[in-house]
Amino acid sequence: MPEKKEYKVIGTRPIRHDGVDKVTGRALYGADFHTAGLLHGRVLRSPHAHARILSIDTSRAEAYPGVKAIVTAKDLPDAADKVADLGEGAVHLKYLCDNILASDKALYKGHAIAAVAATNAHIAEEACALIDVAYEVLPPVLEVRQAMEPAAPLLHETLKTGSLGETAEEPSNVASHLQHKKGDIEAGFAEADVIIEREFVTGTVHQGYIEPHNATALYNPDGQLTVWCSTQGAFTVREQLTEILQYPISKIKVVPMEIGGGFGGKINVYVEPVAALLAKKTGKPVKVLMNRADVFEGTGPTPASFIRVKMGATKDGKLTAAQTHLAFEAGAYPGSPVGAGAMCIFAPYDIANVLIDGYDVVVNKPKSAPYRAPGATNAAFGSETVIDELAKELNIDALEFRIMNGAKEGVKRADGPVFPRIGFIESVEAAKQHPHYTSPNGKKHHGRGVASGFWFNIGLASSVSISVNPDGTINLVEGSTDIGGTRASIAMQAAEVLGIPAESVNPSVVDTNSVGYTAVTGGSRTTFATGYAAYEAAQDVKRQLIARAAKLWEVDEEDVQFADGEFSCINGKEAQLSFHDLSARLGETGGPVVGSAAVNPPGAGGAFATHIVDLEVDEDTGKVQILRYTATQDAGKAIHPSYVEGQIQGGVVQGIGWALNEEYIYNAEGTMTNASFLDYRIPTCLDLPMIDTVIVEVPNPGHPYGVRGVGEVPIVPPPAAIANAIYDAIGIRMTELPMSPDRMLKAMGKI
Amino acid sequence: MPHVAIPSLMRNLTAGREHVTVPGNTVREVIDNLEHRYPGVKARLCEEGRIKPGIAVYIDGILTTREGLRERLDADAEIHFLPAISGGIGE
Repeated sequence: MPEKKEYKVIGTRPIRHDGVDKVTGRALYGADFHTAGLLHGRVLRSPHAHARILSIDTSRAEAYPGVKAIVTAKDLPDAADKVADLGEGAVHLKYLCDNILASDKALYKGHAIAAVAATNAHIAEEACALIDVAYEVLPPVLEVRQAMEPAAPLLHETLKTGSLGETAEEPSNVASHLQHKKGDIEAGFAEADVIIEREFVTGTVHQGYIEPHNATALYNPDGQLTVWCSTQGAFTVREQLTEILQYPISKIKVVPMEIGGGFGGKINVYVEPVAALLAKKTGKPVKVLMNRADVFEGTGPTPASFIRVKMGATKDGKLTAAQTHLAFEAGAYPGSPVGAGAMCIFAPYDIANVLIDGYDVVVNKPKSAPYRAPGATNAAFGSETVIDELAKELNIDALEFRIMNGAKEGVKRADGPVFPRIGFIESVEAAKQHPHYTSPNGKKHHGRGVASGFWFNIGLASSVSISVNPDGTINLVEGSTDIGGTRASIAMQAAEVLGIPAESVNPSVVDTNSVGYTAVTGGSRTTFATGYAAYEAAQDVKRQLIARAAKLWEVDEEDVQFADGEFSCINGKEAQLSFHDLSARLGETGGPVVGSAAVNPPGAGGAFATHIVDLEVDEDTGKVQILRYTATQDAGKAIHPSYVEGQIQGGVVQGIGWALNEEYIYNAEGTMTNASFLDYRIPTCLDLPMIDTVIVEVPNPGHPYGVRGVGEVPIVPPPAAIANAIYDAIGIRMTELPMSPDRMLKAMGKI
Repeated sequence: MPHVAIPSLMRNLTAGREHVTVPGNTVREVIDNLEHRYPGVKARLCEEGRIKPGIAVYIDGILTTREGLRERLDADAEIHFLPAISGGIGE
């Protein structure tokens, strides 16, 4: 395990390197991109949630003045039964392609059907209205339990349930069934004195990033395709493009523009292949922008779910058994985050007997996409509510109950892995000792609730190169798009190795031709894995500079020591050089110094959080007002505490929105009736108090500085914590999200 | 010898056994030896010489790639076959 030690750079709060560009509006986002001869693309979307496409007639639109090209699924290569290997997972190519432009069926309202490139966006939009599509409208299925019924309308006539390599005989909307089993579930419940079983429903929720999706594509006459876009991972865009377009990966360059939020929603491609098809057909650069309705209706939300949780404990507070049924809506194509939900649901606890069943179910909604700890928030809403109910039933303090049963190093999760050193207990202890938790809480209709959460975090591949400048600064080149301040957190890890200030690092996020493969900014991996690569690249620089100093001093490399930014000779010779001074002498010692590293670190280390919320329920309006909120979280080692705090606060706010307001509201035909930010209500600063944060540091043994990813787990506890606080306030258990005023009034019997 | 945790959904092939110890220096050898003892296991885990899409191999708690059949194993390695958790693209 890394030693707890004092650092010069790590743990400080320098101004982020991209800060000036962003606050002055000079940072370039995808919509800002312009080039000579640019055409504008617009996508025609299905008005039906479920329909067979009988024909598409583009002749009227093609004749419209200003229209340069129209594309449909026929312009995509034949996807047939191929499997696309996307580095991080495999997917049926037909599903991937059909989600870009529907071929035989429209599977959700907003499904892309065709696209137009024209001399301006208005003409493109008008031309879309001239495309004649004949549909055979089919009944939609919009809810996971209905979709699982044997008589439900089938989205895919050939989809059959897969169960770890085994495939069912009959077609079904259930794409897959997974199961994790530990111990003897029946014996575990037999041992329990108290058993609680509850059912929960969560709504469809969008990531709500501010910047809509965008892409500009250009084919050079030599066949080189360049795509400028807003993405969490330029390399994953390149992988998806090479599969969808069946085009050589070496001929595709993806340039990540600045990104105005993603939260998991900017990993899948949508308009990037469309822009490429239009660019190929016209021979011109083509830009495609989404509007907000496109984003809601045409990109992946996080799924609605139905969850049953049953847990048992002895009267002295020992959890003996936990069982769950998780049914997640994948949207139009398989691939919900039910697997992640299944991994996370009982992970905070050491329970001998566990049975987890998960179902990935297709419904007539947009294909789901990751959203900050995908699956874990849905799951924790169920498990953490039942944990609270058990603690109340047993008359044990809710946080003490968690400590009594908390997972620690050596505990085996139900899905198999054994925890290394983790900080769950420490996060709960920090909450228990916080003045918020010990403060009075007794006013009428005021309530306090707590909940915990887990996210496993991921590692994956990252590459970094560093070149040394003659003035003692370094240029750091990375492939991780910067969403939450990672230019700074990565630069700081290199700076710490080289003993230079963070301000002496010039970080650049570059395109796919300019740095080694780097996986997405997602899974809370970037500060961990790309930071690890920066650490290793800086070590490479350090080794080379030690050789240069040895050359200058005419000693062996073993006789050169480097500490705190100073090279010194340890063989008795009086010689010392700072990093700054040695950098100025590279020319006379052999030329430029460039260090690089490519890593794929396995030890991401799980993240745990525990939250406390105080709220007030208005019995007349049903509105829930958050009064105070405190979040504790194990960050391993906070490289830049301000950005850790920012991630925690951002995650909490999104979790509060998910808990209280946010959901896709569908009519019977499967049309989302609130596809704008006026009607899809995300919290603003006027709705919320300041979110207090407590950073707990239990170093991750899998990282040289002990880093754990921090971005995702803070969204996990809020819905359950708020539900538990509502119970504390009015004595009613809320089991459906969001806990919006109408649902609150119904639960209170007011309407 | 490596220890294999048999997923609950495959225990119908192993007469309900949760853990099996089989010889093998690589994941491929372990699966071949599992197949020898419990016919049908290989078809559930592999296709076209690779781990099936949708299945993840963990060795000592660490996820390997779909090329994981080549992974070399310590004598006391613990192997889990789990449903793959995609990085966000889909399964």
